[in-house]
Amino acid sequence: MAKWLEDHLPKVVLAPSFIAVLIFVYGFIAWTGWVSLTRSRLLPKYEIEGLIQYERLFAAPRWDVAMNNLFVFGGLFIVISMALGLLLAILLDQNIRTEGAIRTIYLYPMALSMIVTGTAWKWILNPGLGIEATVRGWGFEGFTFDWLVNPEMAIYAIVIAAIWQSSGFIMALFLAGLRSVDTEIIRAAQVDGIPTWRVYSAIIIPSMAPIFLSAFIVLAHLAIKSFDLVIALTGGGPGFATDLPATYMYAMAFSRGDLGQAASSAMVMMAVVFAIVVPYLYSELRAKND
Amino acid sequence: MTDLATPTLRRSPSGSRASGRLGRIALRWLLYTLLVLFALYYLLPLFVMVTTSLKSLEEIRTGNLVALPREVTLAAWQTAWSSACTGIQCDGMRPYFWNSVLIAVPAVLISTLLGALNGYVVAQWRFRGANMIFALMLFGCFIPFQVVLLPMARLLGIMGLAGTIPGLVFVHVIYGLGFTTLFFRNYYVTIPSELAKAAKVDGAGFFRIFWSIFLPLSLPIIVVTVIWQFTQIWNDFLFGVSFSQAGTQPITVALNNIVNSTTGVKEYNVDMAAAIIAALPTLLVYIVAGKYFIRGLTAGSVKG
Amino acid sequence: MAPILDIQNLYKNYGSVEILKDINVAIEQGDFLVLVGPSGCGKSTLLNCIAGLEPITSGALSIGGRDMTNVSPKDRDIAMVFQSYALYPTMTVAKNITFGMKVRGVDAATQQEKLQQVARQLQIEPLLNRRPGQLSGGQRQRVAMGRALVRDPKLFLFDEPLSNLDAKLRVEMRTEIKELHQRLGASMVYVTHDQIEAMTLATKIVVMKGGVIQQIGSPSEIYNRPANLFVADFMGNPAMNLIPARARQGGAGTEIEIARKGSAPIVLTDAQHRNLPEEVILGVRPEDIAEPGQRPGGSAQEADCLVDIVEPAGADTYVVMQMGGKQVTARLHAETRARPGQVQRLAFDLGKVSYFAPETGQRLN
Repeated sequence: MAKWLEDHLPKVVLAPSFIAVLIFVYGFIAWTGWVSLTRSRLLPKYEIEGLIQYERLFAAPRWDVAMNNLFVFGGLFIVISMALGLLLAILLDQNIRTEGAIRTIYLYPMALSMIVTGTAWKWILNPGLGIEATVRGWGFEGFTFDWLVNPEMAIYAIVIAAIWQSSGFIMALFLAGLRSVDTEIIRAAQVDGIPTWRVYSAIIIPSMAPIFLSAFIVLAHLAIKSFDLVIALTGGGPGFATDLPATYMYAMAFSRGDLGQAASSAMVMMAVVFAIVVPYLYSELRAKND
Repeated sequence: MTDLATPTLRRSPSGSRASGRLGRIALRWLLYTLLVLFALYYLLPLFVMVTTSLKSLEEIRTGNLVALPREVTLAAWQTAWSSACTGIQCDGMRPYFWNSVLIAVPAVLISTLLGALNGYVVAQWRFRGANMIFALMLFGCFIPFQVVLLPMARLLGIMGLAGTIPGLVFVHVIYGLGFTTLFFRNYYVTIPSELAKAAKVDGAGFFRIFWSIFLPLSLPIIVVTVIWQFTQIWNDFLFGVSFSQAGTQPITVALNNIVNSTTGVKEYNVDMAAAIIAALPTLLVYIVAGKYFIRGLTAGSVKG
Repeated sequence: MAPILDIQNLYKNYGSVEILKDINVAIEQGDFLVLVGPSGCGKSTLLNCIAGLEPITSGALSIGGRDMTNVSPKDRDIAMVFQSYALYPTMTVAKNITFGMKVRGVDAATQQEKLQQVARQLQIEPLLNRRPGQLSGGQRQRVAMGRALVRDPKLFLFDEPLSNLDAKLRVEMRTEIKELHQRLGASMVYVTHDQIEAMTLATKIVVMKGGVIQQIGSPSEIYNRPANLFVADFMGNPAMNLIPARARQGGAGTEIEIARKGSAPIVLTDAQHRNLPEEVILGVRPEDIAEPGQRPGGSAQEADCLVDIVEPAGADTYVVMQMGGKQVTARLHAETRARPGQVQRLAFDLGKVSYFAPETGQRLN
């Protein structure tokens, strides 16, 4: 018995965590999936009724808004964060004397809770007391910045806050990537007389393709999970104008008592994440094991 | 690990014509201007939070968002800490601050310890299926937690942990395991396997090798993991709002309640003070140990 | 007396891949066994099997007369020195050396006594309070040896311990290891891909390729009578010349004919070796092709050879020629008159040659 334990100790040590993951990740996903196929309302039922929850989901106008917002928000968030991150990384790569301090400033928002971020930006974008009032106070009477209460524009307010929070991290990622490019290649280019901007566009940036992918994955992941920020900034409003799948799910689960809808919306979120992350993880792990 | 310290393009020493040099100086001015502008963009919210929290409500209503306070008052901070209303109770942020501490500290310690052991097993004790197990655990990091909220709520209820601090600790440990294991595994993989072999020849067993050889080597990754986990758990809102009740709520939930409470007059200065209180621990950790924080963020994201 | 190490019919598979096939080797107390071969030949794996760090699939392995097939490394009475030395980075040199004793529960006094003994022996006393990161490569190697010595084992195992050192240091440490072996009379198993190390250190060499033992023998056996083409080519620097030739029976002996492009073939008469098949590969070492009269030996056969390239190398000059479709190297005196493009008369010492069958590569004589 003791010998068996000794031989298998590594597996025994890993087992509890692994079993925990099996149950609390995969088991739970299966449970949620199951419930998404039932008529559960306030309490879960376990008789499979088919795909009615998904039919209801895709027919719900609120869900439409949520998914739409996800793509608008997600798209803008990812693209602008990457562009801004890249720009800042390139700027910071230019032998800046106070680089450390500036980097710290660009990155600190990542250390904050999204609730804090939402709270701060809610105040800044407050129509009447925030930026709108300030700029008006400077003489621009006609300036309006009421995005936060404007159903059409509210989602873009969230984009601004989200970019503020995450672009610093993307910058750090890209900066590390810029600097991991083989210096010999760059020196060869410089000896060849290639101008700086060209060195970036033709040599450095193309070689950073894997890092762009990593950044995309991280940002997409953040976008899909965005819950805290929306709750703090707009609560999903005005009305449902800034609803995202995450807030929809939460509302269905805890306010509306519609577990079937909560489960199905959660499963759809899962599917979206799955579609993006699995190919990435697969290629990463394969590369690491080579 | 890539070093963020050395710029890619060193300035070439060759001189240039006068107009070229002028152009280059102008370019550097533009560069610094841009950098400063962006710095302002990132600092603005912090600045606004701090100044607003030090103003009186009068000044806020009549004054300017970006103006410095004419009269500095700490009244808002007092209120935020001890008497702001989070729903029915009006005890300020203080009790919730401690809730977060009670949740974060055990959760960080346990998930870090487990992550270290798991990473050690996966990295140094190859056995069939180890990589598969690791992959499955890793995937768990990436799921949207919405998909486990419902079953977890039911489970906590069944276990009698619904709305309790231990319940939240449990949740954070489980869902933090993926990341902590990832960090330690990536770190231990860089330690040559001959070290463990030499120790085996010396007679050391599984735990001895971990305790005497790997753990002493692990300080850098422990710091990274602890900082990462602390930040994640302290800043969490989703689990907090789903699995706590009045009294056991973490600070993020309390903050949201204070800010979004619909009763009474909106006290913006109190809101801002409360936000800063909520942000302070992780912000301080970042300022003090930011280097390690960045390493944690980029570990496993940057290839190679 | 039982052999200190006895391996019988050892097979090792990793999954479905056969890494080691039918390994049989035994050494006596005091032997210095070197496992040599190219990368991937399985020598390190075999060493790990001897150490107990890898399980064996089938076969028997005994150390000091006791069967060790299922015994864990710490109970095999062995000590091991690794290629990267594997010193515990966060412990001082002293702690590195005493760690094993501490694990085994040896009392502190004995630990110190043995530590001092070994430190004196290896002259690392001033290093005892340093960390491995503060030591040079040679110093680290000595500490690794110290860690092994302090175990007082039946068998010392070395896994390419000199590969990480620069050339000069490598030669110095090689001599130190040989000296240690002679002084202690210990039994050692040593893995290397460097055939010079193998030749200088070993009392017995095992040449491996693809998990199969090609030849076991003393250094001179391996050098002078290689068992097949692989061993002939692998051991010795510069490599043995392997020249395709035709053999036919003649009056005075076997006539060995080596074809040459553009001129008459070389014909050498070998009085000693008879009964050779028609097609052979003639193996002759560069030092066995010399200028006539340069080396004593009655079996020298002379021939005129066209010199292609002359490579002065200090004490010798290497002369490269074309024959039998191959480049053949001869080792001549530094003062040789040979010039590129000129014909040089050379003597082939047929008493030292090896013949191999072209298809199987096996030795014929």
